[in-house]
Amino acid sequence: MIPTPEPNLGGLDFSDSPINQSLTADDKIRLYREMVRIRRFETTSLQYYQKGGYMGGFLHLYSGQESVAVGCVSLMGEHDHIITAYRCHGHSLAVGMSMKECMAELFGKATGCSKGKGGSMHFFAPDKNYWGGHGIVGGQIPLGLGLAYGVKYKEQQGCSLSFMGDGAINQGAVHESYNLAALFELPAIFVIENNGYSMGTSQKRSSAYRDCLAQRAEAYDMAWDIVNGEDLLEVRAKVHIAMERARKESLPTVLEIQTYRHYGHSVADANAQKYRTPDEIKRYKQQHDPIILWENRLMEEGLLTEEQKKEITKEATAECKEAVAFAEESPAPTMEDIMKDVYWEVDNETEASKQGRHFFTD
Amino acid sequence: MRKLLYRHAIREALDEELARDENVVVMGEEVAQYNGAYKVTEGLWEKWGDKRIVDTPISEAGFIGMGIGASMLGVRPVMELMFWSFHSVAFDQLVNNAACVRYMSGGLINVPIVMRGPANGGTNVGATHSHCPEGLFAAFPGLKVVVPSCAADAKGLMKSAIRDNDPVYVMENTKLYGIEGEVPDPEEGDFTIPIGKAAIKREGSDLSLIAHGRSVLHALEAAEVLKNEHGINAEVLDLRSIRPLDEEAILKTVMKTNRAVLVDESKPFNGVSSQIACTIQEHAFDHLDAPVTRVCTIDAPSIYSPHIEDEQLPNTKRVVEKVLQMS
Repeated sequence: MIPTPEPNLGGLDFSDSPINQSLTADDKIRLYREMVRIRRFETTSLQYYQKGGYMGGFLHLYSGQESVAVGCVSLMGEHDHIITAYRCHGHSLAVGMSMKECMAELFGKATGCSKGKGGSMHFFAPDKNYWGGHGIVGGQIPLGLGLAYGVKYKEQQGCSLSFMGDGAINQGAVHESYNLAALFELPAIFVIENNGYSMGTSQKRSSAYRDCLAQRAEAYDMAWDIVNGEDLLEVRAKVHIAMERARKESLPTVLEIQTYRHYGHSVADANAQKYRTPDEIKRYKQQHDPIILWENRLMEEGLLTEEQKKEITKEATAECKEAVAFAEESPAPTMEDIMKDVYWEVDNETEASKQGRHFFTD
Repeated sequence: MRKLLYRHAIREALDEELARDENVVVMGEEVAQYNGAYKVTEGLWEKWGDKRIVDTPISEAGFIGMGIGASMLGVRPVMELMFWSFHSVAFDQLVNNAACVRYMSGGLINVPIVMRGPANGGTNVGATHSHCPEGLFAAFPGLKVVVPSCAADAKGLMKSAIRDNDPVYVMENTKLYGIEGEVPDPEEGDFTIPIGKAAIKREGSDLSLIAHGRSVLHALEAAEVLKNEHGINAEVLDLRSIRPLDEEAILKTVMKTNRAVLVDESKPFNGVSSQIACTIQEHAFDHLDAPVTRVCTIDAPSIYSPHIEDEQLPNTKRVVEKVLQMS
């Protein structure tokens, strides 16, 4: 039977949920630090993007959504895996990737996490159960489903968390994944990070729905829930329930986590101030910023002082500075590097790699 | 030597690899309980059960993407497309995720999947079911493409494909499934054929017919006609693998005979033969006594009509005619 979620009323206190009760003061500060680090990283990325000459391509900033990645990743165990789309910096840092390798990737350097071959949208860290970083809207969702398949096939107790934006839910690959997840009873959690806009098109102008986007899960007989993403504790409480359902019952869930991005779809979004009113952006920044809300809670609980807060920001800023210096000093990939990492067999100089011509450049 | 049908040679390859590696899982539409739309997987579900032989819904983007994702964790899915023609509904998974994830991750990930199924015309099923996408997929660095023309190659290449740590796309042929060929007995040892190695299927001295897949059969038949009726002694090279490509073997036969006719069921524009022709002119130009010519599928969407479809495809008659037109 599908648990039918309560409508999102907001204002509920999730600090009593068992997964949150287990948080120590140190844990809470660590979550705060993670969110601040992501915010600082994004601010620094933007700064260098705008300076020009440091990085190319697109830059999709995660600022405003930090509680989602940090909250979800804080729940991950040994056999839990995550995958996301192109707005991937938050998830990357949350799983423990270093700012250095991430910044170097943005700068297109050989020391980047993907050796300068992926760029902003394609960060990966399989050793941290983090599988990217994907550029095609919704295209990563079948892969996330496959991670769940792999976990189940290997008879591990774990799950996959597949993140997508609200714009991805209308892609066929997402619906196909919903169906397969329910049909095969896979430990897959689909996380819709709903920031209200698929690029410049609002939710109402892009999706047909009754009450919310996650509700489509009902058509596939899947559990679903809606989460107020600005509240780190609510994210943890509800995602934990879905993860336990996946790990213990091998059943999928669709979660819709309501959040907001402070910047445009990407830095190249010329209309970022047009499809959303300045008032709306201001309201979210002032009243719904997950970092400020968490900060306030920690201060109320007496776990964080003004001084500590400044220190954490200062550390994150310094870390960003170091990351930029590292990225700047690092070498660019070479022409020879273009031809590496195409085939595993070639990279590993196996017998198979010696047979026939693999590359067709003159 | 014992003989097996092409479809049974593939089944034997799957069966042996299922036994060799517990991570190998066969999945696709109707592969399990229905025994395979073309009976390639017949009996495997009964033998190996639900975990190893998995029926999927008609949902190519979903299950192929799922297989790619599972392969990143070390599962080795061998996925059937009932027709390779259905690749188009899963194209993003096949060319973005399977081919590019390794590169975009700077080599941190590899995707050891096999995609297999028939890719051919000649069965009167119309344009949408008659695509030959071997040249298309060979155009994506990161992918490997093989096209076996006989039972032994089908078995040997399938086993190599499953063991390969990169994505390998195996293009079979419904017109070959029922053809018998010699295949070594498993008791004689583990039989594999390396990917990237072409094979001379007929020795000759006057010209080279270079082909892959079912076109090899037409080339062999044409060679007989040419010898018996025209005194022309043609060599037949079976590419077997499109990417990696055995250029050495191509150049060797061309340098031996000084003439090349490429027989290719692809459409001419950017077909496999386009690449072969480029290779020959670049590396064997001075050895050629005549321009390289091609017998491809006639350049229109594949016609349905049973009265005429065989004439649209490369066939023995068209190959013979093309050779006789050579100066």
